[in-house]
Amino acid sequence: MIYFSNIKISSILLVIFIALMFAIPNFFSKEQLNSFPSFIPKQQVNLGLDLQGGSHLLLEVDTVEIIKERLENLNSDVRRVLKKNNIQYSNFKNTDDNLKFVVEEFPAEIQKEISELSISNSQNILQMGDQTNLVILREENEVSISFTDEFVKLAVSNAVAQSLEIVRRRIDELGTREPSIQRQGSSRIIIQLPGIDDPDRIKALLGQTAKLTFQLVDTSMSYDPLNPKKAPVGSEILPSDADDSFKYIVKKRVMVGGENLVDAQPGFDPQTNEPIVSFRFDRLGASKFGRVTQQNVGKPFAIILDDTVISAPVIREAILGGSGQISGGFDSDEANDLAILLRAGALPAPLIILEERSVGPDLGADSIEAGQYAAIIGFVAVILFMMFVYRYFGFLADIALIINLFMVLGILSLFQATLTLPGIAGIILTIGMAVDANVLIFERVKEEIRSGSKMINAVENGYKRALSTILDANITTLIAAVILFFMASGPVRGFSITLAIGIFTSVFTAFTFTRLLISIYAKSLKPSLVGMKIND
Amino acid sequence: MIDIANTKIDFLKSRIITFIFSSVLVVLSFGAFFVSGLNFGIDFKGGTLIEIETENEIEIAGLRDNLNSLSLGDVQVQEFGSKNNLLIRVEQQSGGDQIQQNVVEIVKTSLNSYLSSEVNFRRTEVVGPKVSGELIQSGAIAILAAVFAMLIYIWFRFEWQFSLGAVVALIHDVILTIGVFSITQLEFNLPIIAAILTIVGYSMNDTVVVYDRVRENLRKHRSKNIIDLLNLSINETLSRTIVTSVTTLLALLSLFIFGGEVIKGFTFAMIWGVVVGTYSSIFVAAPLLNYLDVKREWNTTSAVDSTR
Repeated sequence: MIYFSNIKISSILLVIFIALMFAIPNFFSKEQLNSFPSFIPKQQVNLGLDLQGGSHLLLEVDTVEIIKERLENLNSDVRRVLKKNNIQYSNFKNTDDNLKFVVEEFPAEIQKEISELSISNSQNILQMGDQTNLVILREENEVSISFTDEFVKLAVSNAVAQSLEIVRRRIDELGTREPSIQRQGSSRIIIQLPGIDDPDRIKALLGQTAKLTFQLVDTSMSYDPLNPKKAPVGSEILPSDADDSFKYIVKKRVMVGGENLVDAQPGFDPQTNEPIVSFRFDRLGASKFGRVTQQNVGKPFAIILDDTVISAPVIREAILGGSGQISGGFDSDEANDLAILLRAGALPAPLIILEERSVGPDLGADSIEAGQYAAIIGFVAVILFMMFVYRYFGFLADIALIINLFMVLGILSLFQATLTLPGIAGIILTIGMAVDANVLIFERVKEEIRSGSKMINAVENGYKRALSTILDANITTLIAAVILFFMASGPVRGFSITLAIGIFTSVFTAFTFTRLLISIYAKSLKPSLVGMKIND
Repeated sequence: MIDIANTKIDFLKSRIITFIFSSVLVVLSFGAFFVSGLNFGIDFKGGTLIEIETENEIEIAGLRDNLNSLSLGDVQVQEFGSKNNLLIRVEQQSGGDQIQQNVVEIVKTSLNSYLSSEVNFRRTEVVGPKVSGELIQSGAIAILAAVFAMLIYIWFRFEWQFSLGAVVALIHDVILTIGVFSITQLEFNLPIIAAILTIVGYSMNDTVVVYDRVRENLRKHRSKNIIDLLNLSINETLSRTIVTSVTTLLALLSLFIFGGEVIKGFTFAMIWGVVVGTYSSIFVAAPLLNYLDVKREWNTTSAVDSTR
């Protein structure tokens, strides 16, 4: 047990050497590292947002809204089919997950026509094959139409993927340093923004769906504050961005939409010096826009963002070049953000912020400093205590402990695992617990000596006997760390990582490095070196 | 030089007393839990937490009145480590996840106008009702899963008697930890769950070392009376138990004193857990084996097995 082949010795030393090499960069600044020779690794430990400062946002795509919107589209199609076939219906209404109406009769061919409707409607958006994606139920005279579960799942999944892409574009546009944007579960998005401790602007950017439409203002009727819900059929009432008391009546038909935009840039109107956003359409958008403006000269044309009218300028002449500008009493920051939103595209559904955690850079720095203090003091205390109890063996265990710490740092750097404040706590806890393996062995050695073994046999048997205990004892802690890893997210997960790494390194060093040291001196070992009284 | 060798302490002599002692603590913990519950932090209760730092000392009472007049419901203001560091907690607003976002802005605006000096917003956390509900659920599941995993592991490595004894000790430790948080009304948040899981691991670690020795002694001393055998095992591992507990506590105390305000609660939970876990290995887990009818013929079984 205590004799090592040269190969074993070299591989033990090699593992430790590699770990040390990866730990070293953490003790130098980035500038110093750059001046080092190239064979030295340059990766430092990846600090969590709670240590470097930054913002964590958990968003959820409003899936109810996705289905609701699709049902609204379906609504007019279904009505059209019913009308075309002269089916009398009443109480037609939309709920969050279905359409309902009451009919006297509902022939099978109508039902078929409605279900085919869903196929033609969905094929280009969602590949569902020839299957209908509608569930049509009839109970007495009431018909209810809803989407199948698969369709809902697919629609949500597509919307989330699309949202992820748009969120990424919007954040990239802001030039944030190394943002991390990930999907979580079926409908969530996690955003990590290092270095940002006040994510107000980002939250504002993400809080808008940024759906831009151009719709004609309905001039057949003007908004009547005494009768605020009255609008002609096919028109809707929308609030004005500039004036809270005023509302517009606009035609529901979308003439051109934001999906046809290819570019949007903030700027200033050369005449009024007012901030504006100028935009450019793609070919399709340009021809649509040209046709509408040509046919409606002299009429007001509403520019609508997220169901609010930004402005409704009167069309002076046909705009055929496919570009235009929006002005509407916003300042230059707002113009800038609007341009970002328009360039990045509209979100398929609103995003809801479920959780926000932001840490300022100085709290992070304070935490690192406090953690370092605590680690050094705890470390010194443990080292002294071990030397006090186990004397020479304690000293060996202390060397192992130091190596152990370097290995934890090295492994963290090598795998670019994230070190968080609880993670530092995990390392400090490891300092206390890492000596356990050595303690178990030393106690065994002492027992062997007491029962009359020679020193060298005592060491050998001590290691042999302690092995299964050490494994059992550490596996229990490892189980806890693994469960924590899978259950937790963010900073707490960092704790489980350092705890698990600490368990591995402490068992490794106890069984290789300390043993190697002890074996080197095995022949000259005396009981007093283990901290035993000589007459014991 | 510490050398705790050849101790012959009769740990099981007072087992009735220590069982009663532990039972009383468990009952007290349950009582406190049902009477006053836990002081859940925003991780589990939802709401908003803002840590601020100012150049001058802040008069807390005035600020508290000011923030409570914002009609955001209950707003707590407390000192956090020093006189110009404050922690502001705003309870969860009714009306879903999106509403919670307004709180930060309202509080920030109000703070900036109320306090004349520059305000440094060190930390902002907003947890909506959906996430807090999930966190509490996954926290509870994690603890149960850990205890269950230990039960299975010990059963696998030892015998069901050991597994049962170890898990009773484990549940004892978890209940006492939750109990101490209920009695002290210290904030119970996500890191505390991590601490409890670590306690589960540590307590089990301690118990396993004692049990390992018990099993070994069962093989070695076939005819020894079980009480003497348990006492012998505890005494033989006592030195290790003490040394490891002391080193772990040294590290944790250093963290508690110097590690900063943010993780104080977390460290407190672990210090408590190490003390309780060490106690329970000696005074709960080991004595329980006396009542669980452990198998005495370890070698015989393996001999039979090998002849098959």
